[in-house]
Amino acid sequence: MGAEGFGARVLRKEDKRFITGRGRYTDDIELKDMTHGVFVRSPHAHAKVRSIDTSAAEKMPGVVGVLTGHDLAADKIGGLICGWMIHSRDGSPMKMGAHPALAADTVRYVGDAVAIVVAETRDQARDAAEAVEVDYEELPAVTDPAKATAAGAPQIHPEAEGNLIYDWTIGDEAATEGQFANAAHVTKIDLVNNRLVPNAMEPRAAIGSYDQAEEHFTLYNTTQNPHVARLVLSAFVGMAPEHKLRVVAPDVGGGFGSKIFIYPEETACLWASRKVGGRPVKWVADRTEAFLTDAHGRDHVTHAEVAFDADNRVLGLRVKTIANLGAYMSTFSSSVPTYLYATLLSGQYAIPQIFAEVQAVYTNTSPVDAYRGAGRPEATFVVERLMETAARELGVDPAELRRKNFVRAFPHQTPVIMAYDAGDYDASLDAALKAADYAGFPARRAEAESRGKKRGIGLSCYIEACGIAPSQAVGSLGAGVGLWESAEVRVNPVGTIEVLTGTHSHGQSHETTFAQIINERFGVPTDTVSIVHGDTDKVQFGMGTYGSRSAAVGLSAVFKALDKVEAKAKKLAAHLMEAAEGDIVLEDGSFKVAGTDRALAFHEVALAAYTAHNLPEGMEPGLKETSFYDPTNFTFPAGSYVCEVEIDPDTGVTEIVQFVAADDFGRIINPMIVEGQVHGGLAQGIGQALLEGCVYDHESGQLVTASFMDYCMPRADDLPSFNVMTTETVCPGNPLGVKGCGEAGAIGSPPALINALTDAIGRNDLAMPATPQRVWAALRSSSAAAA
Amino acid sequence: MEMKGEYVIPASRETVWEALNDPEVLKECITGCKSLDKESDTEMSAVVQAKVGPVKATFKGNVTLSNLNPPSSYTISGEGKGGIAGFAKGGADVSLEEVEGGTRLSYEVTAQIGGKLAQLGSRLVDSTAKKYADDFFSCLSKKLGGGEPEGGTEASSS
Repeated sequence: MGAEGFGARVLRKEDKRFITGRGRYTDDIELKDMTHGVFVRSPHAHAKVRSIDTSAAEKMPGVVGVLTGHDLAADKIGGLICGWMIHSRDGSPMKMGAHPALAADTVRYVGDAVAIVVAETRDQARDAAEAVEVDYEELPAVTDPAKATAAGAPQIHPEAEGNLIYDWTIGDEAATEGQFANAAHVTKIDLVNNRLVPNAMEPRAAIGSYDQAEEHFTLYNTTQNPHVARLVLSAFVGMAPEHKLRVVAPDVGGGFGSKIFIYPEETACLWASRKVGGRPVKWVADRTEAFLTDAHGRDHVTHAEVAFDADNRVLGLRVKTIANLGAYMSTFSSSVPTYLYATLLSGQYAIPQIFAEVQAVYTNTSPVDAYRGAGRPEATFVVERLMETAARELGVDPAELRRKNFVRAFPHQTPVIMAYDAGDYDASLDAALKAADYAGFPARRAEAESRGKKRGIGLSCYIEACGIAPSQAVGSLGAGVGLWESAEVRVNPVGTIEVLTGTHSHGQSHETTFAQIINERFGVPTDTVSIVHGDTDKVQFGMGTYGSRSAAVGLSAVFKALDKVEAKAKKLAAHLMEAAEGDIVLEDGSFKVAGTDRALAFHEVALAAYTAHNLPEGMEPGLKETSFYDPTNFTFPAGSYVCEVEIDPDTGVTEIVQFVAADDFGRIINPMIVEGQVHGGLAQGIGQALLEGCVYDHESGQLVTASFMDYCMPRADDLPSFNVMTTETVCPGNPLGVKGCGEAGAIGSPPALINALTDAIGRNDLAMPATPQRVWAALRSSSAAAA
Repeated sequence: MEMKGEYVIPASRETVWEALNDPEVLKECITGCKSLDKESDTEMSAVVQAKVGPVKATFKGNVTLSNLNPPSSYTISGEGKGGIAGFAKGGADVSLEEVEGGTRLSYEVTAQIGGKLAQLGSRLVDSTAKKYADDFFSCLSKKLGGGEPEGGTEASSS
């Protein structure tokens, strides 16, 4: 390991601009003649739009234009799409309703936009938006996914009868039933995975700018994947062909999945710019707008059962889930409760048969899509709540029950598509139990009891799938795109290096970790390397950042381009030093002839490539290479978490006494950054389990948690000092041996916390978020039951 | 949201009934009421500036009187639209009963709010509505020659 290479705790290169307030976010961009757009949004969960009167708004000061859904339809601007086709068990394709960027006739959730007001200033646009008169005819609404398909529920889209989008299954139903028929014990559980609001620190924003002379659009946007945005806006929305549309994702302040998707506002700002004569139109969400319209996460209702033989080995698992996709199908919404969820239901365990059924439904709520972990937290919650509950029912140690069922031979083919490539689940469980002093827990519980407190301990052994994704595999499962990555490595004549990647950093630290890889490979200092991303005019192509793919897929593409650069540079160095190509080694930033003292510095070879005065026969000048990399498999990060809680029975307040996370992320580029990712993920997972809950009023469909007054985000004093560590099995699937670490904390932590709380309370039916009120009520009813 | 209450107003039942049907009295006693115009015997239009927590907006609405049973009861219902601030709608069953020292007015309200009002103000709506009701009846009582009315309001969100 060099001072800056693989495994070094290099400080983040990007922090100087962020910490000093010099980041350049979408809202920091000011364009000439720029206008401001504000959306008129439905206050109703479900209504017919009888009429929209824009005349008063148009006369307001500073107003440049007021555009409605009817104008959008008249201009034949296409609707938004969901890019992953799921087929129901009867073979029929999913039932996708139309999703225009501005609703013309029907609004389907509170926040559905019906018009955009464009004015000289943001305040003028807001004032004028208030003057747009919309006459709604209210319709009944449904927000509860379990009630959406009931007879008599309001019909939300004509395309999806009974609000059922698909009824999908995975696994062998008959074989699974057979396993249950032979079971010695069956554990059953009913779970709700609570709906969450992502709440990235920077709200979503877009600037649409139309150049009338060139007939060319530019979109500045808070997106995690600018090329995917361009693809959708070109191929489906029909805004402009790709060569006439540039998408720039400047600094982006967090995404957690919510900025993957192509939202209505991007379409509206681009189109509005064209409609107002090419003046740029900027829109920035306010916080309540973000609560209302960012794609939410989770929202599953699940019944699950696990069957054991007499020796406590798992025989089979069956799961039935209703997934709420909200009022419209967001960009990747269909894949989250199916191929990102049910394929992980085997957990870390050797389970012979699994059968899962997932019904995805429309409701009158904000669309639901991928949020940190995307399907894997929901799967882990099912599997790990089941294992803990089963251990209690069987009267065995929860750690030992898990250990008895661990997968130990790799590769391991699960009954639900995934083939685990490498792992050592005993190693991470051992590390976590040791760090948590699991054996000493009974004494700590007794000591807490003596102080009148309730202590509990809970485990979670999660697995997830990252490195999204092998293109052919996801294509066969319905993905509308390939999920490879591309890279370009430009060595400048002075030897500095620009790396262009199709992944995007919105908190992941690409500028640091990618530079570390260049240092590792070429021995050049990281401050001679710059990482370029987030602009379709600069980067050749890319699929963006989500699913912890930037290192496993994006850096693997960079690796391939580095291979090509190295091969060419070695050939040139051999030529310049009159040595055999096979004798050239690249060490400490120099090309050396092995076994001699002859050497050329990296920058000398770079310069020679550009002067081109003395190149080998047939070699092209320059030193710049591109690559495309398609992974052969997912990667499988896994780990064990231990959570210990202490409850004050008088108030129901939970204190997390300790939280241990032992993760196997494969090889680690920068441990400091990995720890930061784990800390952030744990905070979000603990937030879900303890604090965060998105609530719609079931009768009116109103979102009643639409600000930080009513939606509780985790704060530093809600969290313990995390005890994080890593174990390592090298990922065999990519040249770096990395697996991905961005989501693990949010995936593994909710069941660990709820397992600890239910252990402390002595009853199993505690809903998330486990607020003090719920914990207190559960304690009261369990003591009443005991009395 | 549901809310109910009763007040004893030191005036005769006929006087209270008259006041409850008098747009001028209603206008003066509804906090923030900018205008209240009688469209017919049973319909009025109103403009009210209201504030619920951080949401302040001008609501335009219609008020309808039904189930008229003078001078002992009626149903008053209405819907107010506050543009981007959202909407409020609901109705109240109001009844008057002669008691010692005046008239007992009892009412039961059911109301629904939407838009920004619900998003930002849902936990403030109950207390705000209670204050509006107390202020209204206090004003009404004073207008009819008395002091503070006896009684109060209970609110509960469901």
